[in-house]
Amino acid sequence: MVFVAIAVLLFGILRLAHAMNGNSSTAHVAVISTNPTELPYYAARSLLRMFIALGLSVAFTFVYATAAARSRRARVILIPILDILQSVPILGFLAITVTFFLALFPGSVLGLECASIFAIFTSQAWNMTFSMYHSLITQPAELDEAARMFRLTKWERFWRLDLPSSMIGLVWNGMMSFGGGWFFLAASEAISVGKNKTYALPGIGSYVQAAVDKGDLREVGLASGVMVIMVIGVNVLFWRPLVAYAEKFRVETSESAEQPKSYVLNFLRQSHIPSYISKPLKPAGRGLDRITRPFGLAEYPLHTPEYKRRAGDVVFTVAMGAVILFGVYRGIVYFDHAAGFGQFTRCLGLGFLTFIRVVVLVVVATLIWVPLGVKIGMSPKLSRYAQPVVQVLASFPAILLFPFAIAVFLHLGISLNFGGIFLMALGAQWYILFNVIAGASAIPNDLRELMDQFRVPWQQKWRELILPGIFPYYVTGGITAAGGAWNASIVAEIATYGKHHLVASGLGAYIARASIKGDYPEILSGVIVMSFYVVVVNRLVWRRLYHLAETKYSL
Amino acid sequence: MPEVDTTATRQVIVAVDHVDKHFTTPDGQPLPVLEDINFELSEGEIVALLGKSGSGKSTLLRCIAGLLAPTSGTVSYRGTPLNGANPGVAMVFQSFALLPWLTVQANTEMGLEARGMPPAERHPLALKMIDLIGLDGFEQAYPKELSGGMRQRVGFARALVVEPDALLMDEPFSALDVLTAENLRTELLNLWKGKDFPTKAILIVTHNIEEAVLMADRIFVLTSNPGRLRAEIPDPLPRPRDRRSPEFEALVDQIYGIMTGRETDDAGQPAPALEPALASPTELPLPDVSVGGLAGLMEILANLGGHADLPDLAKILTFEVDDLLPIVDAAEMLGFAKVADADLHLSPEGDEWVHADIQRSKELFAEVARERAPLVRAIVRALETTKDGTLNERFFLDLLGRGFGEDEARAQLNTAINWGRYGEVFDYDADDGELMLEKAAYPVD
Repeated sequence: MVFVAIAVLLFGILRLAHAMNGNSSTAHVAVISTNPTELPYYAARSLLRMFIALGLSVAFTFVYATAAARSRRARVILIPILDILQSVPILGFLAITVTFFLALFPGSVLGLECASIFAIFTSQAWNMTFSMYHSLITQPAELDEAARMFRLTKWERFWRLDLPSSMIGLVWNGMMSFGGGWFFLAASEAISVGKNKTYALPGIGSYVQAAVDKGDLREVGLASGVMVIMVIGVNVLFWRPLVAYAEKFRVETSESAEQPKSYVLNFLRQSHIPSYISKPLKPAGRGLDRITRPFGLAEYPLHTPEYKRRAGDVVFTVAMGAVILFGVYRGIVYFDHAAGFGQFTRCLGLGFLTFIRVVVLVVVATLIWVPLGVKIGMSPKLSRYAQPVVQVLASFPAILLFPFAIAVFLHLGISLNFGGIFLMALGAQWYILFNVIAGASAIPNDLRELMDQFRVPWQQKWRELILPGIFPYYVTGGITAAGGAWNASIVAEIATYGKHHLVASGLGAYIARASIKGDYPEILSGVIVMSFYVVVVNRLVWRRLYHLAETKYSL
Repeated sequence: MPEVDTTATRQVIVAVDHVDKHFTTPDGQPLPVLEDINFELSEGEIVALLGKSGSGKSTLLRCIAGLLAPTSGTVSYRGTPLNGANPGVAMVFQSFALLPWLTVQANTEMGLEARGMPPAERHPLALKMIDLIGLDGFEQAYPKELSGGMRQRVGFARALVVEPDALLMDEPFSALDVLTAENLRTELLNLWKGKDFPTKAILIVTHNIEEAVLMADRIFVLTSNPGRLRAEIPDPLPRPRDRRSPEFEALVDQIYGIMTGRETDDAGQPAPALEPALASPTELPLPDVSVGGLAGLMEILANLGGHADLPDLAKILTFEVDDLLPIVDAAEMLGFAKVADADLHLSPEGDEWVHADIQRSKELFAEVARERAPLVRAIVRALETTKDGTLNERFFLDLLGRGFGEDEARAQLNTAINWGRYGEVFDYDADDGELMLEKAAYPVD
């Protein structure tokens, strides 16, 4: 039902874009220079995009998560939508959103900026929203009662209670999603839509694209270096301090054993900067508290007349149902005219090929990284060094490494049908490693000592302690890796390197080609089928493993 | 001000009128928690709501605070029925409910700030209250830097600074250690007597009988499952009250008697007791007690010569009613002991059980549990009707769910499994949730 609603939504955006598409052919194509002196400027532009997207994600999260948590009716619609949105391969509808934004700002580079920022936004927002929603609905009951008892206004409640109690989850999720966002930044700065229409924005991703087109691996390497510096810089200067600061908002009232530390935060705290900033903000905050008073208390009436509630439910259901039915009808008519439903069968077949690639990737990555991750995680010394490195590896947009890999494939004559798996793995595998390390280091020391003391053979130790211990973490890593791989298939199953074109058969290549052709019905059916695969596998496999992890293997 | 005024001219602050509260079980059945509650809280008095766990006393307090809607009946504040948080009360929580990211002072100012009071006005009020409640010097501390007792002081300061008409307290001292709790209680009573105290009435919910007798002018005893007002006991003892005075002990004994005694009908006559051997699992739920806990109490009782005064027993064990009474209920259900007034007497069966060796005590326990613990009996009978003597727990959970709600059904089954395993009556496989009859329940040797 909701799945259908999403399909309808995508379809709607597409139609809107079409309608406004009259004069988008005049869109600017920035000339991307591969001169290394331009790199700092490009990097800054990319970074700005990332932070604008982060800001939008945060704003979206505040509104969406609060609405979903506080309104019964909104929740019924919003949460399933979010669930599906999380499974939609973002890169797939990049072509659609670019067209849409170009139509919105005809003849201006702003449309491209918006499309790129939107792509990054979609890679960050859903996770963060889920995190905040989860924090809100698991808010300690007595804090909710205290807030109502002391009659906080809606505005005050959000800033005094709701946001602080969601802070830790939000910051951690923001950091992880931001890391994932680099990939979409790199992928969305240079994009081909329609016949011979290539759009590019000044940025590090388009720099790499231009260098690849020239076939200059040295410049690609240079850009990768800048990228690593940026990832590390943002982590040290922005996320670490924020994570350390968020500790203040831990709800358990006793101190946790290990506190995240940040030298940058310590430095800031000892300086006068915080008071310079907070001084002018305080009266502003009070002003806002006052202005928002008319919105009322964060309270709801204890008694609502039954008939009123029922009537509201009926109106709500009928309205939503009508919208969805109408959309389905229009969608069916559209597909029937434009592409025919045969496309879906074709997509399902191609999707299966990509599905097999994802399975191979997860299995191989598991066999390689689980033993290594356990080794690293069990040694506190190793994991202290390895953890940040793996985090950078997970954040680093693998797309920048593709040219090197493809050069090797070309040299060795490896088909992209197999090489694609490797390309997809370049970005996705780190999630498994990262989570396994975290899981292994969380295995209680006394249990390990017990095993050593009884001289338990290693097979038994793995079976009875290590595998159960890391299982919940592994499941989290696995689901993220698989999701990342589906997304990456859209850029990994098709590749251009200098004059060479490599193509694998798979759903990712299908969507990518449809984007290049500008064939919207094909893009749409491809994206819908890919979302379908992701949702079905999540429901049938990962969700069950999650359940098992929660009930049986939680320490 | 808090001179106890016995004339009927005192203003009623909160009136509770025919309040029922039902929760809904997962399969849609109403689960009564409170039934036909009527009472009033008036100016100048401290009222205690006393009950075991499951008596719905916290639910009642939340109805009065306007945080929960009663299923039927009304709660009104100074004559106006509530439709949202009660504007005239402030609450002190068992778990303190402080915002960990705010300082002591900011926490204290929370209610004033929400009223839109500017900082220049609310700072002095908060500082004065922090001073009064004994937290001077801790204004800028965060809750996690404070001990439990200090945190609860912040809870009091936050509630009192808004000068509520009535102060509601939900087991405010039960998360604190004994000495800290006693200290805070005494200080609160001293404040109550002082003329600066802004609040006109206090309602305290507790399961601690002595706490109720120490603090309250009137004590309401609630029954369990569902909660009804069983008795109203005036507490006219002069303040400050002495725990060791005979009057104090007599009142504690009286209330123990009421809480362990049987239901009374409308005429005040004891209702006919449920015979454990005949009652159904939902009529007579298993008390949430482990066999080890039961054995411990029986052993102590035997060492004390076979009978003991319940308040004394609680004192020896530094137990509170919530901990002690379920064990007493279990002992009575299984026929190991009997309660008369506030005294507990060991029965011959109980005596034999205490002194038997491990194998014999298991046999004895199995015998009485199969006969007198309704849920154990029901499980055994159900298992005996199947061919292989096994059934899935879902079967029992679904049946119990109709009478109890999901969590309580699970708790009941867990208790039954604990008892069944101890007596080797039946066993349970946690992996697949199968219950199976123990084949060799009575070894021949």
